[in-house]
Amino acid sequence: MTYDAIVIGAGMSGLAAGIRLAMFDKRVLIIEKHSIPGGLNSYYQRRNFDRGGIRQFDVGLHALTNFIKKGEKGKPFSKLLKQLRLSYDDFKLCPQSYSAIRFPGTELRFSNDFELLRSEISAKFPQDIDGFNLLVEKVRAFNELDLSLGYTSSREVLRGILKDELLAEMLLCPLLIYGSAWEDDMDFAQFVIMFKSLYFEGFSRPEGGVRTILGLLMTKLQELGAEVRFKTTVSEILVKNGEAVGVVAGGEEIRAPVVFSSIGFPETAVLAPSLDARPRVGAMTFLESIFVFDRKIPLSSNEATIVFSNNSQTYAYRPAQNYFDAVSAVVCFPDNYEPHVRDGEGTVRVTYMANYQQWKELERSRYLEMKEKVGESALALVKSLVPGLAEKPLFTDVFSPLTIERYTGHFNGTVYGSTDKTRDGRTPVKNLFVIGTDQGFLGIVGAMLSGISMANLHGLMGEAKQGQ
Amino acid sequence: MADVRQIVIDIISDIAPDEDVSSIDDAKSLREQLDLDSMDFLDIVMELRKRHKVEVPQEDYPKLASLQSCVAYLGPKFAAAPV
Ligand SMILES: Cc1cc2nc3c(=O)[nH]c(=O)nc-3n(C[C@H](O)[C@H](O)[C@H](O)COP(=O)(O)OP(=O)(O)OC[C@H]3O[C@@H](n4cnc5c(N)ncnc54)[C@H](O)[C@@H]3O)c2cc1C
Repeated sequence: MTYDAIVIGAGMSGLAAGIRLAMFDKRVLIIEKHSIPGGLNSYYQRRNFDRGGIRQFDVGLHALTNFIKKGEKGKPFSKLLKQLRLSYDDFKLCPQSYSAIRFPGTELRFSNDFELLRSEISAKFPQDIDGFNLLVEKVRAFNELDLSLGYTSSREVLRGILKDELLAEMLLCPLLIYGSAWEDDMDFAQFVIMFKSLYFEGFSRPEGGVRTILGLLMTKLQELGAEVRFKTTVSEILVKNGEAVGVVAGGEEIRAPVVFSSIGFPETAVLAPSLDARPRVGAMTFLESIFVFDRKIPLSSNEATIVFSNNSQTYAYRPAQNYFDAVSAVVCFPDNYEPHVRDGEGTVRVTYMANYQQWKELERSRYLEMKEKVGESALALVKSLVPGLAEKPLFTDVFSPLTIERYTGHFNGTVYGSTDKTRDGRTPVKNLFVIGTDQGFLGIVGAMLSGISMANLHGLMGEAKQGQ
Repeated sequence: MADVRQIVIDIISDIAPDEDVSSIDDAKSLREQLDLDSMDFLDIVMELRKRHKVEVPQEDYPKLASLQSCVAYLGPKFAAAPV
């Protein structure tokens, strides 16, 4: 079989790239090893025999970043809508109430109105409000989309602008854990992307969760006539004279003059043995605990949507020393997105930093015990944030770096990919391009934008032009 | 002779449905009047190819800056096009 383009992976970036290519009459094949789309942001179900049957869970969705109001223009999310020709209303976005960064003795709140964060800083770090405003101007003026930028340490930039180290730590915390492949620090370009996505623009959640987004993308692909093959693993990328010419998938040779890979740079390199690069595997991976309660948590006891909690004056963003790091966590209360429906079951999600190597070495029974420990620790944290929450959860699910690795194929269960990004998507193999996380744009919105821009650059206007 | 101006407007209203295309000044740059970025210009080019088999090479993208320049640049291409 021959196609105009092959996309490896039906995650956010692969689906978006597929839409762009198919929109302009390319014959596109998307190949996905799992049985459903979504990748790192897919969904799954769990059976709960004693209480109420089957429940559906999103793998990752805490927050859709880059919130815009209907009609707002010139923002990443509005570009995404235009490029994929999707309508704002179809996403059914439910905005956050507010989120909080909690360090011992200090809390900073932010919401989809940036002025909340500014006023919080002005009240709690008055000596640093001028510095913060300077930082804001710097972020606004920065062109994070310049694909030729080198690495600049964000911590160093912050040190030069802010007086109080605690403020720098607090500002970094959500930005690192929502999007840094690097330990303890991040490239300033990535800092700017995340700062804009989280603090300038903010959070929402589509009604129905990630399945709403995936449904829109899959319907669009179907309308455009793109082909998606599930339960099919790409085992090799075919390279001839330094140029990608197709893939081997499910034992079959499939040809195309251009291949887009969303599976990660190191993972892609292994599939193309002649590819002369060995990108590093990122170390950042996480544990997610999901609790279901038989009622929603009353807003009077907690109304924040997401709490970035850190029980230390400094923020350590690195693999946990001891299986998981309970010093810091992200706690998401999805029920606190508007419109605050209060009937039905309640859900809380807790993310901890993990340590892949340690989890990998556990034998089965110890692995299960350790997962239980994680759940207990996370539940204690939830209870500390929600005074008066006494009941036991109806249902608890914990997934580990090994789960992530098993279902998404990302080496070491890494979530934010390699620390060696390829900013323009190019690889040493001609016509083989990396999209998504390892092109440097991550999160749901970032990955989709990566798929779009790489398909535009290398599929529609690049060297693999139709008819050439 | 194809109405090139209308063809371009039709494409813009499809790729950027939120834009008001009724009061565009033909002499002024489209970017100044509408929220169009380089990705949108790529879409204009791709739609011209898809719908009308008219090719615009990358180095000619600047010639699509205003409606006036679109008509001047695309007019002869449409005249020469098969359909
Ligand atoms: C627990 C968790 C919580 C998260 N929370 C959020 C959040 O709240 N907000 C947010 O914006 N982002 C969140 N993210 C991050 C977000 O999910 C990712 O950044 C984004 O989905 C990455 O998309 P991608 O297309 O780059 O890669 P992926 O989703 O990894 O897509 C790659 C696809 O390729 C497939 N694949 C791999 N190998 C092969 C092969 N050999 N052959 C065929 N197919 C293959 C995989 O199965 C996968 O579907 C979270 C992630 C996790 C894990």
